Amino acid sequence: MLQPRSILLGAGLLAVTAVSHATEGVLDIVAPWEIGSTDPAKAGYVYTRLQISETLVEVDDRGQPEAGLAESWTLSEDRLTWRFRLRPGVQFHDGSPLTAEVAVQALNLALAKPGMLSQAPVAAIAAEGNEVVVRLRSPFAPLPALLAHSSVQILAPASYNEAGEATQVIGTGPYRIEQLQMPQKLTAGVFQDYWGEAPAIERLSYLAAGRGETRALMAESGDADVVFTLDPASRARLQRNAKLAVQAVAIPRTVTLKVNAGHPFLAEPEARRALSLALERTGMAVALLRTPEAGAGQLFPPSMTDWHLSQVSGAERDLQQAKALLAGLGWQANDKGMLSRNGTPFKLTLTTFSDRPELPLLATAIQDQWRELGVELAVNVANSSEIPAGHRDGTLELGLMARNFALVPDPLGTLLQDFGPNGGDWGAMNWHSERLGEILQQLLTATQDQDTAALRREAATILHEQLPVIPVAWYQQTAAVSRQVEGFSMDPFERSYRVSDMRWAQ
Amino acid sequence: MIPVLSYRLMQAVLVALMVGVLTFVLTQALPGDMAFRIAAGRYGYDHVNAAAAAAVQAELGLGLPAWQALGQWLWDLLRLDLGNSLVSGDPVIEELRHQLGHSFTLAVAAVGLSLLLGPPLGLLAGLRPGGRLDRLTLVLATVLRALPQFVIGILLVMLLAVQLGWLPAAGHGTAAHTLLPALTLALGLAAVACRVSRNAMQGVADSAYYAFGRTKGLSEGRVFMRHGLRNVAVPVLAHQAMQLVYLIEGVVVVETLFAWPGIGHALVHAIVARDVPMIQGTALVLGLMFVLLNALVDLLCHRIDPRRREV
Repeated sequence: MLQPRSILLGAGLLAVTAVSHATEGVLDIVAPWEIGSTDPAKAGYVYTRLQISETLVEVDDRGQPEAGLAESWTLSEDRLTWRFRLRPGVQFHDGSPLTAEVAVQALNLALAKPGMLSQAPVAAIAAEGNEVVVRLRSPFAPLPALLAHSSVQILAPASYNEAGEATQVIGTGPYRIEQLQMPQKLTAGVFQDYWGEAPAIERLSYLAAGRGETRALMAESGDADVVFTLDPASRARLQRNAKLAVQAVAIPRTVTLKVNAGHPFLAEPEARRALSLALERTGMAVALLRTPEAGAGQLFPPSMTDWHLSQVSGAERDLQQAKALLAGLGWQANDKGMLSRNGTPFKLTLTTFSDRPELPLLATAIQDQWRELGVELAVNVANSSEIPAGHRDGTLELGLMARNFALVPDPLGTLLQDFGPNGGDWGAMNWHSERLGEILQQLLTATQDQDTAALRREAATILHEQLPVIPVAWYQQTAAVSRQVEGFSMDPFERSYRVSDMRWAQ
Repeated sequence: MIPVLSYRLMQAVLVALMVGVLTFVLTQALPGDMAFRIAAGRYGYDHVNAAAAAAVQAELGLGLPAWQALGQWLWDLLRLDLGNSLVSGDPVIEELRHQLGHSFTLAVAAVGLSLLLGPPLGLLAGLRPGGRLDRLTLVLATVLRALPQFVIGILLVMLLAVQLGWLPAAGHGTAAHTLLPALTLALGLAAVACRVSRNAMQGVADSAYYAFGRTKGLSEGRVFMRHGLRNVAVPVLAHQAMQLVYLIEGVVVVETLFAWPGIGHALVHAIVARDVPMIQGTALVLGLMFVLLNALVDLLCHRIDPRRREV
């Protein structure tokens, strides 16, 4: 007859026999991003981050273009023709050589899909000898930055099917895929014929874990060596763990309120200024993001030195001034402090999404802070696509989102999208500044040796004063790293996990 | 036996039809622009814009009237074609095959573990109703069944992975990776199985035929094997069938928590991305699994129930 004690003992034994930890000699990386596809246009970032595939251009920590698969490049005098000279002796993981024809094929496929390259006014891409020649219809200074984007990675011809979709990832990076189990897992080993320096860590595995709790527990249990994107609560706990180093780096991503400046309540800059002044940014940064320095008084974080306005603060709350500004616009408070104008209450709807878990929290905090101002805010937590869709059909009133100004390392690419003549799906709505448009065009056509710092500051000042989008917080990318790993550093542009720079602690 | 199976077969056809129509109607009724949703699923939200949505719209021909789209799906279903995922572009059937394998492993391990844990404890408790073990298992079963699987999962990870370091916290690929998610599901299932088998055991132990077994001099073990086991097994099995809802619900939660690439995880993602063929495919498979598993339990009960055999 079975005794209770023996049953419990059996269950215990079952567990003990299954002892398992992070696999020896394999760097285990855990991040929230799933591997949705093998096609660079869809989930290409996973492969460039894991150094499986590479791009023609790389960037340094300041966002400046540097040699990648192209060892150098030149721009013609009319600034319409770019020539990228390929690095010699580069092989793909299937042994085929990297030639200009192969690179041109990959670029043309990228150009035909939604993605970064289609932003540039490309007339033609052709191979000439060992060079990739990109001809433009008009000058476009950030082209090298665009070519650093993961959707423009260079894959071997055998990667693509007849329809031009990449069905496997045959790259040129220091690691080659050993096993790919979409959408969550990938293992890779060192590519022996890599053109650059051989990495110290020979094997890596990548796991997509969507829940922040799961990732934090994997770091704590030692199942993962590197865990990216920690939720604020876990981050505080992991910082106390002696086996882990928690790192954070400011990335050029800003939580902003996208404002429909065509809305009768939001058309005046004073109204947008009042809403901005009523935000308790430091409080939200401390209590919700657990990063006191994250309160964003302006759109561009200090790390974007060329665009950051060092003289401006703007993060402080000033409820009195905010109320005065709205009173000046004819808004009157009732006995409960709620505002109305000509009998119409100050009511707005804010749309946000939960892909980034802090957004709904920030939205409710904003709701509360604006109530003190007399503004009634309804919060609608929806899918991320509701914001661009609402922009298109004109129904969006306010959107809370996290905008990445380094989708390509030069923020100009994102700014052109967001603040062009018709606004942008993730940027201005029913707002346009002639002067800002001129500045962006000038920056677009500037040559490398021109001093453009003053133009950038002027652009930042216009955005700061007019507030077509209201900044709320600056983002920090976080990671928990096992003490068994040395040489870890974080890429502020989120392009690479830099595994090839890491090594095992002795 | 034949009537049982033909009833279940009819049920399967009805389930397929209802799931197809319902998921279609529900996804159509959801707010938001489908092309934008799919573009968000494909390219990530940083890259969703009108151009991406327009490209999706053009590629997938989303302009088809709803009744035509539904008719097409039903016609394809008749030819056993579930279509392609709108997000990945791969055939739904291939994605399902991959995911179903993972979910199946998890579900089988969970049921197996729950049967190892629940009924033995229940039987022991049922032999001495009101005893210490009976009271202890009652408290444990109540707590485990009341706790959401998500909480059970986190507690188990904290204990077995973080504190004791016995098992991997999450992920998949080895047998050890299966244990924690399976145990998370198993504990809730075992809680019910334990109480049901306890009650069944008590009923059987109080019966005249059980007492007769004892009076004719059989040992406690023999009388249990000969007169108890089969009678206790029928209600336990029948309740396992009723717990399938808990199991399949649990799979959705547990897979997300443990980064397990199964069908529940796929369903959640498909709903977020408005990937209609994928939603229809996963819901269809889950619905048919219900029917299939219920049919299996029917057959098993039919086989082991001594009363039916005598009839």
